[in-house]
Amino acid sequence: MRMFNLQPYLKRLECKRISAYFLPGDMMVLAIGVLGVLYLFELLWSTEHATKVQIRLADKIYATYSLKLQREVHVPGKLGDTVINIANGKARFAKSPCQGQYCVHQAWLSLAGQAAICLPNQVSLELLGENKPYDSLNY
Amino acid sequence: MKITQIQTTVEDHHIAKLAAIAIALHMVEAVIPSPIPGVKPGLANIVTLYVLYEYGFAATAWVSILRVFASSLLLGQFLSPTFALSLSGAVLSLAALWLAQHLPKKSFGPITLSILAAFAHIGGQLLLVRLWLIPHAGVVYLIPVFATAALGFGLMNGIITAKLISNKPKNSV
Repeated sequence: MRMFNLQPYLKRLECKRISAYFLPGDMMVLAIGVLGVLYLFELLWSTEHATKVQIRLADKIYATYSLKLQREVHVPGKLGDTVINIANGKARFAKSPCQGQYCVHQAWLSLAGQAAICLPNQVSLELLGENKPYDSLNY
Repeated sequence: MKITQIQTTVEDHHIAKLAAIAIALHMVEAVIPSPIPGVKPGLANIVTLYVLYEYGFAATAWVSILRVFASSLLLGQFLSPTFALSLSGAVLSLAALWLAQHLPKKSFGPITLSILAAFAHIGGQLLLVRLWLIPHAGVVYLIPVFATAALGFGLMNGIITAKLISNKPKNSV
Protein backbone atom coordinates (compact mmCIF):
# COMPACT_ATOMS: atom_id res chain seq x y z
CA MET A 1 0.00 0.00 0.00
CA ARG A 2 1.31 3.38 -0.92
CA MET A 3 1.10 5.90 1.88
CA PHE A 4 -0.36 9.29 1.24
CA ASN A 5 2.43 11.80 0.95
CA LEU A 6 1.77 14.96 2.96
CA GLN A 7 5.12 16.56 2.17
CA PRO A 8 4.10 18.62 -0.88
CA TYR A 9 1.05 19.91 0.98
CA LEU A 10 3.11 21.00 3.97
CA LYS A 11 5.50 22.75 1.60
CA ARG A 12 2.65 24.88 0.29
CA LEU A 13 2.14 26.29 3.78
CA GLU A 14 5.58 27.84 3.88
CA CYS A 15 5.67 30.59 1.32
CA LYS A 16 4.54 34.23 1.32
CA ARG A 17 3.33 36.53 4.05
CA ILE A 18 -0.13 35.95 5.55
CA SER A 19 -1.42 39.35 4.41
CA ALA A 20 -0.99 38.19 0.80
CA TYR A 21 -3.96 35.84 1.20
CA PHE A 22 -6.46 38.42 2.42
CA LEU A 23 -8.79 39.75 -0.24
CA PRO A 24 -10.76 42.98 0.44
CA GLY A 25 -13.92 40.98 1.15
CA ASP A 26 -12.04 38.75 3.58
CA MET A 27 -10.94 41.78 5.58
CA MET A 28 -14.53 42.98 5.62
CA VAL A 29 -15.90 39.62 6.80
CA LEU A 30 -13.18 39.43 9.47
CA ALA A 31 -13.99 42.95 10.71
CA ILE A 32 -17.73 42.22 10.80
CA GLY A 33 -16.96 38.95 12.60
CA VAL A 34 -14.89 40.69 15.28
CA LEU A 35 -17.56 43.35 15.79
CA GLY A 36 -20.26 40.68 15.91
CA VAL A 37 -18.41 38.68 18.56
CA LEU A 38 -17.81 41.81 20.65
CA TYR A 39 -21.50 42.65 20.34
CA LEU A 40 -22.42 39.13 21.51
CA PHE A 41 -20.24 39.55 24.60
CA GLU A 42 -21.81 42.92 25.32
CA LEU A 43 -25.31 41.56 24.77
CA LEU A 44 -25.08 38.25 26.61
CA TRP A 45 -22.49 38.88 29.29
CA SER A 46 -23.78 42.25 30.34
CA THR A 47 -23.16 43.35 33.91
CA GLU A 48 -26.41 45.17 34.41
CA HIS A 49 -27.03 46.42 37.92
CA ALA A 50 -30.03 44.85 39.56
CA THR A 51 -32.98 46.94 40.67
CA LYS A 52 -35.03 44.41 42.59
CA VAL A 53 -34.48 41.41 44.78
CA GLN A 54 -36.79 38.43 44.83
CA ILE A 55 -36.81 36.30 47.96
CA ARG A 56 -38.07 32.76 47.82
CA LEU A 57 -39.11 30.55 50.68
CA ALA A 58 -39.33 26.87 49.77
CA ASP A 59 -41.13 26.75 46.42
CA LYS A 60 -42.95 30.08 46.76
CA ILE A 61 -41.96 33.68 46.12
CA TYR A 62 -41.86 35.17 49.60
CA ALA A 63 -41.40 38.80 48.62
CA THR A 64 -39.93 41.13 46.02
CA TYR A 65 -38.29 44.38 47.16
CA SER A 66 -36.66 47.30 45.45
CA LEU A 67 -32.91 47.51 46.10
CA LYS A 68 -33.11 51.27 46.48
CA LEU A 69 -34.64 51.28 49.95
CA GLN A 70 -32.67 50.11 52.93
CA ARG A 71 -34.40 47.23 54.60
CA GLU A 72 -33.92 44.26 56.87
CA VAL A 73 -36.07 41.27 56.03
CA HIS A 74 -36.77 38.40 58.37
CA VAL A 75 -37.74 35.24 56.54
CA PRO A 76 -39.14 32.42 58.69
CA GLY A 77 -37.51 29.33 57.23
CA LYS A 78 -37.58 25.70 58.26
CA LEU A 79 -34.76 26.06 60.79
CA GLY A 80 -35.48 29.59 61.96
CA ASP A 81 -35.28 33.22 60.87
CA THR A 82 -33.00 34.16 57.99
CA VAL A 83 -32.08 37.83 58.00
CA ILE A 84 -31.56 39.49 54.63
CA ASN A 85 -30.11 43.00 54.33
CA ILE A 86 -30.93 45.32 51.46
CA ALA A 87 -28.99 48.56 51.03
CA ASN A 88 -27.50 50.76 48.30
CA GLY A 89 -28.61 48.57 45.41
CA LYS A 90 -27.18 45.43 47.02
CA ALA A 91 -28.54 42.53 49.00
CA ARG A 92 -27.02 39.85 51.22
CA PHE A 93 -27.79 37.12 53.69
CA ALA A 94 -26.88 38.76 57.01
CA LYS A 95 -27.79 35.93 59.34
CA SER A 96 -28.85 32.39 58.78
CA PRO A 97 -29.57 29.54 61.18
CA CYS A 98 -27.95 27.02 58.85
CA GLN A 99 -24.80 24.93 59.42
CA GLY A 100 -22.65 25.78 56.47
CA GLN A 101 -23.24 29.56 56.26
CA TYR A 102 -22.46 29.44 52.54
CA CYS A 103 -25.28 31.89 51.88
CA VAL A 104 -23.82 34.42 54.33
CA HIS A 105 -20.34 34.02 52.86
CA GLN A 106 -21.63 35.01 49.42
CA ALA A 107 -21.84 38.53 50.88
CA TRP A 108 -23.25 41.48 48.94
CA LEU A 109 -24.72 40.83 45.51
CA SER A 110 -25.49 43.65 43.11
CA LEU A 111 -25.67 42.41 39.51
CA ALA A 112 -28.81 41.24 37.72
CA GLY A 113 -29.00 37.46 37.57
CA GLN A 114 -26.90 36.87 40.68
CA ALA A 115 -28.41 34.58 43.27
CA ALA A 116 -27.67 33.18 46.71
CA ILE A 117 -29.34 30.10 48.05
CA CYS A 118 -29.59 28.65 51.53
CA LEU A 119 -30.64 25.06 51.03
CA PRO A 120 -31.01 23.98 54.69
CA ASN A 121 -33.35 26.84 55.49
CA GLN A 122 -34.95 26.78 52.01
CA VAL A 123 -34.47 30.50 51.46
CA SER A 124 -33.04 31.99 48.31
CA LEU A 125 -32.64 35.44 46.85
CA GLU A 126 -32.25 36.39 43.24
CA LEU A 127 -31.43 39.81 41.86
CA LEU A 128 -33.55 41.06 39.01
CA GLY A 129 -32.62 43.64 36.39
CA GLU A 130 -34.80 46.24 34.74
CA ASN A 131 -35.78 43.76 32.05
CA LYS A 132 -35.10 40.23 33.09
CA PRO A 133 -34.32 38.37 29.90
CA TYR A 134 -34.43 34.77 31.10
CA ASP A 135 -36.97 32.97 33.13
CA SER A 136 -34.97 30.73 35.39
CA LEU A 137 -31.89 30.70 37.52
CA ASN A 138 -28.79 31.49 35.55
CA TYR A 139 -25.44 30.08 36.26
CA MET B 1 -20.91 -16.89 -11.55
CA LYS B 2 -20.83 -13.38 -12.74
CA ILE B 3 -18.63 -11.07 -10.83
CA THR B 4 -20.03 -7.61 -10.56
CA GLN B 5 -17.68 -4.82 -9.91
CA ILE B 6 -18.67 -1.35 -8.90
CA GLN B 7 -17.38 1.02 -11.50
CA THR B 8 -15.52 3.85 -9.84
CA THR B 9 -14.55 7.06 -11.50
CA VAL B 10 -11.43 9.11 -10.99
CA GLU B 11 -13.53 11.59 -9.05
CA ASP B 12 -14.69 8.85 -6.66
CA HIS B 13 -11.06 8.13 -5.89
CA HIS B 14 -10.34 11.78 -5.23
CA ILE B 15 -13.34 12.03 -2.91
CA ALA B 16 -12.29 8.90 -1.05
CA LYS B 17 -8.73 10.12 -0.69
CA LEU B 18 -9.76 13.57 0.53
CA ALA B 19 -12.35 12.15 2.89
CA ALA B 20 -9.62 9.91 4.32
CA ILE B 21 -7.44 12.96 5.01
CA ALA B 22 -10.40 14.71 6.64
CA ILE B 23 -11.06 11.67 8.81
CA ALA B 24 -7.40 11.53 9.81
CA LEU B 25 -7.46 15.18 10.85
CA HIS B 26 -10.68 14.55 12.77
CA MET B 27 -8.99 11.66 14.61
CA VAL B 28 -5.93 13.76 15.45
CA GLU B 29 -8.23 16.40 16.91
CA ALA B 30 -10.15 13.85 18.93
CA VAL B 31 -7.07 12.98 20.99
CA ILE B 32 -5.94 16.56 21.58
CA PRO B 33 -7.41 17.70 24.89
CA SER B 34 -9.32 20.95 24.66
CA PRO B 35 -9.16 23.64 27.36
CA ILE B 36 -12.86 24.33 26.98
CA PRO B 37 -15.16 21.36 26.27
CA GLY B 38 -16.54 21.62 22.78
CA VAL B 39 -13.98 24.07 21.45
CA LYS B 40 -11.94 22.43 18.70
CA PRO B 41 -9.96 23.82 15.80
CA GLY B 42 -11.96 21.90 13.18
CA LEU B 43 -8.94 21.05 11.06
CA ALA B 44 -11.03 18.72 8.89
CA ASN B 45 -12.78 21.81 7.57
CA ILE B 46 -9.56 22.76 5.81
CA VAL B 47 -10.10 19.70 3.65
CA THR B 48 -13.78 20.56 3.18
CA LEU B 49 -12.89 24.04 1.93
CA TYR B 50 -10.07 22.80 -0.23
CA VAL B 51 -12.42 20.34 -1.93
CA LEU B 52 -14.93 23.12 -2.53
CA TYR B 53 -12.31 25.07 -4.48
CA GLU B 54 -10.89 22.10 -6.33
CA TYR B 55 -13.88 19.85 -7.02
CA GLY B 56 -17.03 21.87 -6.49
CA PHE B 57 -19.89 21.72 -4.05
CA ALA B 58 -21.16 18.16 -4.65
CA ALA B 59 -17.77 16.65 -3.79
CA THR B 60 -17.55 18.91 -0.75
CA ALA B 61 -20.86 17.62 0.60
CA TRP B 62 -19.68 14.03 0.06
CA VAL B 63 -16.35 14.55 1.80
CA SER B 64 -17.92 16.40 4.71
CA ILE B 65 -20.74 13.95 5.37
CA LEU B 66 -18.52 10.90 4.82
CA ARG B 67 -16.08 12.36 7.31
CA VAL B 68 -18.79 12.82 9.94
CA PHE B 69 -20.11 9.27 9.57
CA ALA B 70 -16.76 7.52 9.29
CA SER B 71 -15.16 9.45 12.15
CA SER B 72 -18.05 8.74 14.49
CA LEU B 73 -17.85 5.04 13.63
CA LEU B 74 -14.12 5.02 14.33
CA LEU B 75 -14.53 6.86 17.63
CA GLY B 76 -17.51 4.77 18.69
CA GLN B 77 -19.82 7.76 18.73
CA PHE B 78 -22.16 6.78 15.93
CA LEU B 79 -25.74 7.97 16.64
CA SER B 80 -24.63 9.45 19.96
CA PRO B 81 -25.18 13.12 20.86
CA THR B 82 -21.59 13.82 19.78
CA PHE B 83 -22.40 12.44 16.35
CA ALA B 84 -25.61 14.48 16.18
CA LEU B 85 -23.67 17.63 17.06
CA SER B 86 -21.04 16.84 14.47
CA LEU B 87 -23.68 16.22 11.81
CA SER B 88 -25.72 19.32 12.57
CA GLY B 89 -22.58 21.43 12.45
CA ALA B 90 -21.48 19.87 9.16
CA VAL B 91 -24.90 20.30 7.54
CA LEU B 92 -25.22 23.94 8.60
CA SER B 93 -21.71 24.80 7.47
CA LEU B 94 -22.34 23.09 4.13
CA ALA B 95 -25.44 25.26 3.76
CA ALA B 96 -23.35 28.34 4.53
CA LEU B 97 -20.72 27.28 1.98
CA TRP B 98 -23.40 26.63 -0.62
CA LEU B 99 -24.62 30.20 -0.22
CA ALA B 100 -21.15 31.73 0.15
CA GLN B 101 -19.70 30.13 -2.98
CA HIS B 102 -21.81 32.54 -5.03
CA LEU B 103 -19.97 35.53 -3.57
CA PRO B 104 -17.70 37.27 -6.10
CA LYS B 105 -14.42 35.33 -6.17
CA LYS B 106 -12.39 38.47 -6.77
CA SER B 107 -12.95 39.90 -3.33
CA PHE B 108 -14.04 36.95 -1.22
CA GLY B 109 -11.53 34.15 -0.80
CA PRO B 110 -11.20 31.00 1.32
CA ILE B 111 -10.82 33.08 4.48
CA THR B 112 -14.35 34.47 4.09
CA LEU B 113 -15.79 31.04 3.42
CA SER B 114 -13.93 29.51 6.32
CA ILE B 115 -15.14 32.12 8.81
CA LEU B 116 -18.74 31.90 7.57
CA ALA B 117 -18.67 28.09 7.69
CA ALA B 118 -17.21 28.15 11.22
CA PHE B 119 -19.99 30.44 12.44
CA ALA B 120 -22.63 28.28 10.75
CA HIS B 121 -21.01 25.17 12.24
CA ILE B 122 -21.17 26.44 15.82
CA GLY B 123 -24.60 27.94 15.16
CA GLY B 124 -25.96 24.55 14.15
CA GLN B 125 -24.40 22.90 17.15
CA LEU B 126 -25.67 25.45 19.66
CA LEU B 127 -29.14 25.25 18.13
CA LEU B 128 -29.17 21.50 18.65
CA VAL B 129 -27.79 21.85 22.18
CA ARG B 130 -30.51 24.34 23.06
CA LEU B 131 -33.35 22.40 21.44
CA TRP B 132 -32.39 18.91 22.47
CA LEU B 133 -29.48 18.38 24.83
CA ILE B 134 -29.69 21.29 27.27
CA PRO B 135 -33.13 22.90 26.89
CA HIS B 136 -32.18 25.73 29.22
CA ALA B 137 -31.83 29.46 28.67
CA GLY B 138 -28.39 29.35 30.33
CA VAL B 139 -26.94 28.07 27.06
CA VAL B 140 -26.88 31.65 25.73
CA TYR B 141 -23.99 32.42 28.09
CA LEU B 142 -21.81 30.04 26.10
CA ILE B 143 -22.49 31.75 22.77
CA PRO B 144 -19.79 34.47 23.07
CA VAL B 145 -17.11 31.89 23.96
CA PHE B 146 -17.99 29.62 21.06
CA ALA B 147 -18.36 32.54 18.65
CA THR B 148 -14.86 33.73 19.57
CA ALA B 149 -13.46 30.26 18.97
CA ALA B 150 -15.32 30.02 15.65
CA LEU B 151 -13.88 33.33 14.48
CA GLY B 152 -10.34 32.44 15.54
CA PHE B 153 -10.23 28.93 14.18
CA GLY B 154 -12.26 29.91 11.09
CA LEU B 155 -9.62 32.53 10.33
CA MET B 156 -6.76 30.10 10.92
CA ASN B 157 -8.26 27.36 8.76
CA GLY B 158 -9.09 29.93 6.08
CA ILE B 159 -5.48 31.12 5.88
CA ILE B 160 -4.22 27.53 5.69
CA THR B 161 -6.70 26.75 2.90
CA ALA B 162 -5.76 29.91 1.02
CA LYS B 163 -2.11 28.85 1.20
CA LEU B 164 -2.88 25.33 0.01
CA ILE B 165 -4.82 26.63 -2.96
CA SER B 166 -2.67 29.54 -4.08
CA ASN B 167 0.65 27.71 -3.73
CA LYS B 168 -0.58 24.69 -5.64
CA PRO B 169 1.88 23.57 -8.28
CA LYS B 170 0.38 23.04 -11.74
CA ASN B 171 -0.99 19.59 -12.63
CA SER B 172 -1.43 18.58 -9.03
CA VAL B 173 -4.31 17.64 -6.76
